[in-house]
Amino acid sequence: MATFSEVRELLKRVARTDDGDTTSDSETATDAGSATGDEVATDGGTTRSDGSATTDEPRIDGSEVATDGGEVKTDGGVQQSDGGLRATLEDRVGEDFLESAPFWLPPVLLVGLFVYGAVLWNAVISLTDYEGFDDPDYFDLDFDMYVQALTSSQVIDAGVNTLVLMVGFTVVALVFGLLIAVVVDRNIRFENTFRTIYLLPMSLSFVVTAQFWLWMYDYDGVLNNSLGLLGLGPFEFIGNQQIVLASVVFALVWQFSGYTMVVYLAALRAIPTEHFEAARVDGASVVKMYWRVIVPQLKSATVSASVVLMVFSLKAFDFLFALVGGYRPPNGADILATKMVREAFQNQNWAYGSAIAILLFLMALSVIGPYLYYEYTNDNL
Amino acid sequence: MSTVDEAAEERFSINPARVGLYLTLGGLLVFFLAPIETGVVTSLKTPDAVGTTSPLVPSVEGFTLDNYATAVSELLPGMVNSLLYAVPATILSALFGSFAAYGLTLTDWRGQIGVLLLFVAGIFIPYQAVLVPLTRLFSVLGLSTLGIWGLLGIDNAYAGIVELIITHTAYGIPICAILFRSYYKGMSEEMLESARLDGATVRRAYRRIVFPLSTPMFAVVLIYQFTQIWNDLLFALVLVQAESSAAAPVTLILAGLGASQSGTIFGLRMAGAFVAALPTLAVYVLFGEEFAKGVAT
Repeated sequence: MATFSEVRELLKRVARTDDGDTTSDSETATDAGSATGDEVATDGGTTRSDGSATTDEPRIDGSEVATDGGEVKTDGGVQQSDGGLRATLEDRVGEDFLESAPFWLPPVLLVGLFVYGAVLWNAVISLTDYEGFDDPDYFDLDFDMYVQALTSSQVIDAGVNTLVLMVGFTVVALVFGLLIAVVVDRNIRFENTFRTIYLLPMSLSFVVTAQFWLWMYDYDGVLNNSLGLLGLGPFEFIGNQQIVLASVVFALVWQFSGYTMVVYLAALRAIPTEHFEAARVDGASVVKMYWRVIVPQLKSATVSASVVLMVFSLKAFDFLFALVGGYRPPNGADILATKMVREAFQNQNWAYGSAIAILLFLMALSVIGPYLYYEYTNDNL
Repeated sequence: MSTVDEAAEERFSINPARVGLYLTLGGLLVFFLAPIETGVVTSLKTPDAVGTTSPLVPSVEGFTLDNYATAVSELLPGMVNSLLYAVPATILSALFGSFAAYGLTLTDWRGQIGVLLLFVAGIFIPYQAVLVPLTRLFSVLGLSTLGIWGLLGIDNAYAGIVELIITHTAYGIPICAILFRSYYKGMSEEMLESARLDGATVRRAYRRIVFPLSTPMFAVVLIYQFTQIWNDLLFALVLVQAESSAAAPVTLILAGLGASQSGTIFGLRMAGAFVAALPTLAVYVLFGEEFAKGVAT
């Protein structure tokens, strides 16, 4: 609040210097007058507390636009600066800035506090030595936790696993989803039914799908049973740390390729029919047609889908937790997300966990940052 | 892709390419449904039958509903708890998202894009980066130590439900706002402008024009958001912590159901998975189109 009133004071001062402009500009004065009554009244209140304003209650009401604008000129002084404040602010930022504030300000404050405030607080905690049941000591800040994290082989392994999971899962889910979309787009019957079933796993919780795949991967499960018919296996899909990460990627692809299908399907439908026709007339084969003509037009769909998939992979915590029903994922499948929660909430190494969280955050940022820039420059926001 | 006649012809004609196409589609069906099918089959088997019969084939002599009876009795309190926070948090985040999208899209002031960038980034931030401060914040606020729980005679663990409502509302706002924004961008601006010229305030224009026209998007957002919040485990885990807590949500209990029982009772686990997924499955079956829209935007 302190900063807000400071800004207000500053704007008032700016408004005073701009007095000549605002009073002569009848349109701005009208804008100021048409604003809601209570806000104007508040402005009146603050001016009065300055001690310089007099009792002009009816005029501050702002209901009569014309008289307001008119009287401002004759009254001069403080009233002018008051109308000027609104006018200048609205002139600078846009006419709906204050009036629409009740709509956007509460959500912005909530997001600001819970998302950005929390990330900053987390960054500060990561510089302390906070652990156990004490309170953090905010006056003893250093980078010890980062040194400890970056020299820990466990954290390095988890970081590598995070990257492998992120890239592997994203690429496979994109390619697989695109193939499904191409098949579904070929003018098939019962398209809605197929689409609905392909997208179904996406509506399930990680906790639920983890149970399914635990059973699929079990010694007596479907996969080992089917592979057994071919004379292969049995495999320890979860127990073998060489293949557990691939197993996790496979399960996640099962859950999310329906999503990539939906995204690509929408993109394919947006491509003009002539492009397909042209390729066909040229005598290109179906594969060539898709590769040369269609795939390049899917760029923006690919970009946004990969960002969403990468972020989902960073959140694969739920899946890994549910797979074992505990903080420690199967050997070979520990990622930064699980490592962070384990250090903080199981071992009470709060500062250490926060430092790992910041590393994870930076990884996410290296994906989101370029993406936002890309969307911004393409005017897609 | 081709004219209507050709398309119709293509649909009903039998040629090798079409057969291959439908075989592929069928293969994909098997891929997507196999884990669910084996889950259904296994949830209806006794532990003995699970060990002796094929995982994809139902067993007649090993048929039982005990798994579901146990799963329901274990998970029902958790489902009630999940509903207690998922419903308010869904509605609140959708409303706030709509407000934010309106104030940042259909009104006229500079700097909207900057705020929107922060919202989009907010969707993608890994929640691990806010968990420790979040638990600190709530321990400082001390909701569970308030006298109101004693006065109402409610277990103070239910403070966790309040915390989950606040948390899910706050972290749900960015995605809801972006979903609404994509919808509002396509809305006719003329109508709004003429309303504003007629002297309607920003608030009035929302209540009379934008909100009523938002109904289809509210359906999409509410469905998407409910699914997300119901399915979440992470926030429940760090805010409620113990699966034995009176306020434990269903995902927390299900994740523990595997750990507390002997690891081999897959029938019970599968039954538990279906019971826990029931509300989201119901929502998906009833509103699949809206869900797909929410996902695709």
